[in-house]
Amino acid sequence: MPIDQWLPGILRAGALIALLVMLFILLFLIGESWPVLSKLSIVQLVTDSSWHPLEGAYNLMPMLTGTVLASTGALLLAIPLGLASALFTVFYAPSYLAVSYKRLIELLAGIPSVVFGFWGLTVLVPLINQWQPPGASLLAGILVLTLMILPTVTVTAHAALAAVADELVRNAAALGLSRWGTIQGVVLPAAKAGITAGIMLAAARALGETMAVLMVAGNVVQYPETVFDPVRTLAANIALETAYAMGDHRAVLFVSGLLLMGLIMVLSAMAEALEKQQHV
Amino acid sequence: MQKFLKFLIVYSFCFVVAIGYATQLGAQTKGVTQRLVVTGSSTVAPLVNEIARRFELAHPEVRIDVQTGGSSRGITEVRHSIAAIGMVSRALKPDEGDLRAFAIAQDGIGIIVHAGNPVAGLGRQQIADIYTGKITRWNALGGTDARITVVHKAEGRSTLELFLDYIQRKNSEIKPHVIIGDNAQGIKAVTGNPQAIGYVSIGAAEFEVRRGSPLRLLPLDGRAASVEAVRQGVFPLSRPLNLVTLGEPHGLARQFIEFARSPQVHDLVEAQYFVPVNAD
Amino acid sequence: MYDVVRNRGLRKLREYAAQCLIYTAVLLISAVFIWLLIDLLRGGLSHLSWEFITELPRDAGRAGGIASILVSTLLILLVAVLTAVPVAWMTAVLLAEFVATGSWFGKAVRFSLHVLAGVPSIVFGLFGNAFFCVYLELGFSILSGGLTLACMLLPILTSTAEAGLRAVPHVYRLAASALGLSRAAALLHLILPAAAPVMAAGLLLGIGRALAETAALLFTSGYAERMPDSLLDSGRALALHIFDLSMNVPGGDEPAYASALVLVSLLLGINILAMKFAYGLQRSKLMS
Repeated sequence: MPIDQWLPGILRAGALIALLVMLFILLFLIGESWPVLSKLSIVQLVTDSSWHPLEGAYNLMPMLTGTVLASTGALLLAIPLGLASALFTVFYAPSYLAVSYKRLIELLAGIPSVVFGFWGLTVLVPLINQWQPPGASLLAGILVLTLMILPTVTVTAHAALAAVADELVRNAAALGLSRWGTIQGVVLPAAKAGITAGIMLAAARALGETMAVLMVAGNVVQYPETVFDPVRTLAANIALETAYAMGDHRAVLFVSGLLLMGLIMVLSAMAEALEKQQHV
Repeated sequence: MQKFLKFLIVYSFCFVVAIGYATQLGAQTKGVTQRLVVTGSSTVAPLVNEIARRFELAHPEVRIDVQTGGSSRGITEVRHSIAAIGMVSRALKPDEGDLRAFAIAQDGIGIIVHAGNPVAGLGRQQIADIYTGKITRWNALGGTDARITVVHKAEGRSTLELFLDYIQRKNSEIKPHVIIGDNAQGIKAVTGNPQAIGYVSIGAAEFEVRRGSPLRLLPLDGRAASVEAVRQGVFPLSRPLNLVTLGEPHGLARQFIEFARSPQVHDLVEAQYFVPVNAD
Repeated sequence: MYDVVRNRGLRKLREYAAQCLIYTAVLLISAVFIWLLIDLLRGGLSHLSWEFITELPRDAGRAGGIASILVSTLLILLVAVLTAVPVAWMTAVLLAEFVATGSWFGKAVRFSLHVLAGVPSIVFGLFGNAFFCVYLELGFSILSGGLTLACMLLPILTSTAEAGLRAVPHVYRLAASALGLSRAAALLHLILPAAAPVMAAGLLLGIGRALAETAALLFTSGYAERMPDSLLDSGRALALHIFDLSMNVPGGDEPAYASALVLVSLLLGINILAMKFAYGLQRSKLMS
């Protein structure tokens, strides 16, 4: 039948567009950052005295540090909380409570980042300001990010825990292991890969998050000394400066975009590898 | 199958309604034939917005889009021909000879604090000390015993350039706690934090004070920061508000610039607490 | 003997401690969440009214409503969805039905979608600004914003649709070919309808993602707050409106809360609907 002959062709064209979009984005990012990649040396992005693009100083390190610190802080909070939530729904809660708690987490996942940022700005920042001025700080950024990645950690951990074979759990119970003993000795090791993959995804999300952090973190380019110091993340920097950047400055922003993309690609590749490992 | 049909019906209905709306919008606007994009300084934008509304009333076939982002954005986008007119809240620099500037108003830059702040006034040296981190608490200046939150503008804003010029410091010497973009954001940061200090356009600040925002403009070197002082030319931190074009303006851009400099808009300039200029 | 008893005591204690910690964590999360929700409701409800939905914003959004912003949001979504859906679903059909998993073309497409899924939204914004706004000279417009979002939606739409298609039992295809149906007919009459609920769920999730997006629109669709006249006008999306009100407008918190409430309820509705459609499919697959 003729339709069967040309159908794959059309579909292939569609898929080709998807492929081209990716290539295009990559090419454009590289093209726009070319002035820096070719002219200024990459070393300069690490060794310049500071980030003052209008004075010709392009040190990305303070912002990279800010990004990493904020994401790490958020992960340190979100991992135990998310894991506890997942354990709660799978092993501890009676079924009606487990279901409603899961709904709550799903609801949390549906709240857009700008709303988290807004809430952080109007509630968290003034609270922190009363305690340790100026309020807009690394801490505020960490707290907002924690709320945002908590659902990712919880949902993936839940899936990994639920996928542990019932048989294993029953065997453990039959051996007289207590509930926590079962979890610690049997379930967590079996679900480790899946949980780690979820954490990687959450980390990727935290690294790339822009608006919520931009709104609460104060955006001063510096190495923070305490969690109460304001910081600027790479993503926030792009959002703040793209509008007016020209020449080398604009190119450096595109480089930081590429850098961010690279970091996230590494994380999600690791997550995928781990997921595969679990399924085998 | 039935579910699929239902879904299809609901969805096509949504799309039809939406597309209908879109085309209706298109039909409404067949009259609009000319478009003018104006971007740049957030100090000038509210004024140009008002002028544009009045211009559109007189010329219904014209549509004027006003976007903010700072003077540097205005210059960048005029140079890239993304915008026909840029808004720049300072005089042009020697290396900007490719541009033509047309002043539409005079403005000053004022130091703002929260209305509850008891500090009476500041001198140039004191401000420089606050912004470079030599003075960190308000009691050194006759205020309460609290840490000063230094609100500073992002790079690429001409308010920042003029301010740095005034305190004779480089941006890399400043130790800020919060970085802000638009004037309104600075005002918001200060009204929301009794220990904060910032600097913004006097016009924007007076506009907010009259609206009842808890905000105070501090006298500078003993001169009250007011539109009146700017008008008399005695305020130490004054500047022109310019519309700039790439080369000589033509057609619609020229028409709009002439309109913006004419006495027909002086009431609008004064309503925004700026000082009108005489075009001739 | 004593040792065993002590051990058992310790174990009991550990058991108890673990349970306590888990319950504390759950309580903490619920409390913060309810705090957030109550803040949103309390801040938003007083300002929310029918007029808020139907009036144009005045005074930089402090007064008036969000009508023009809702229209801009809808138009941006429409552009994004209408552009992304055909491409994404064609790709999904190809990947699920026509291409062997191991073929290089399938691998390349899958890999590119995987990369796209990982790109942070601000980077999409950078790309959209450089390509659509500057290179194609579309300027800050609803079209630029919508097309940028379309790139962002591609991976979500494709992967959900592919998952839906793969979930269709293989028997359908065998039966169809045994009956002498062409592949196109089998696809159209059997396989696509069977996969439709999941594809719809994916579509809804994509719409939700686009609705929540701020960073990618910041410098593609711009933020003119007036009623858009055409797709080439700059239009402010709802999420961006919340951002602008809370960051740049003194006294803008009230309308920002109300807009946030509108946005969250819209997203909630969309998510619930999506979950309904995707009931059979693993939720976790869609959520992450």
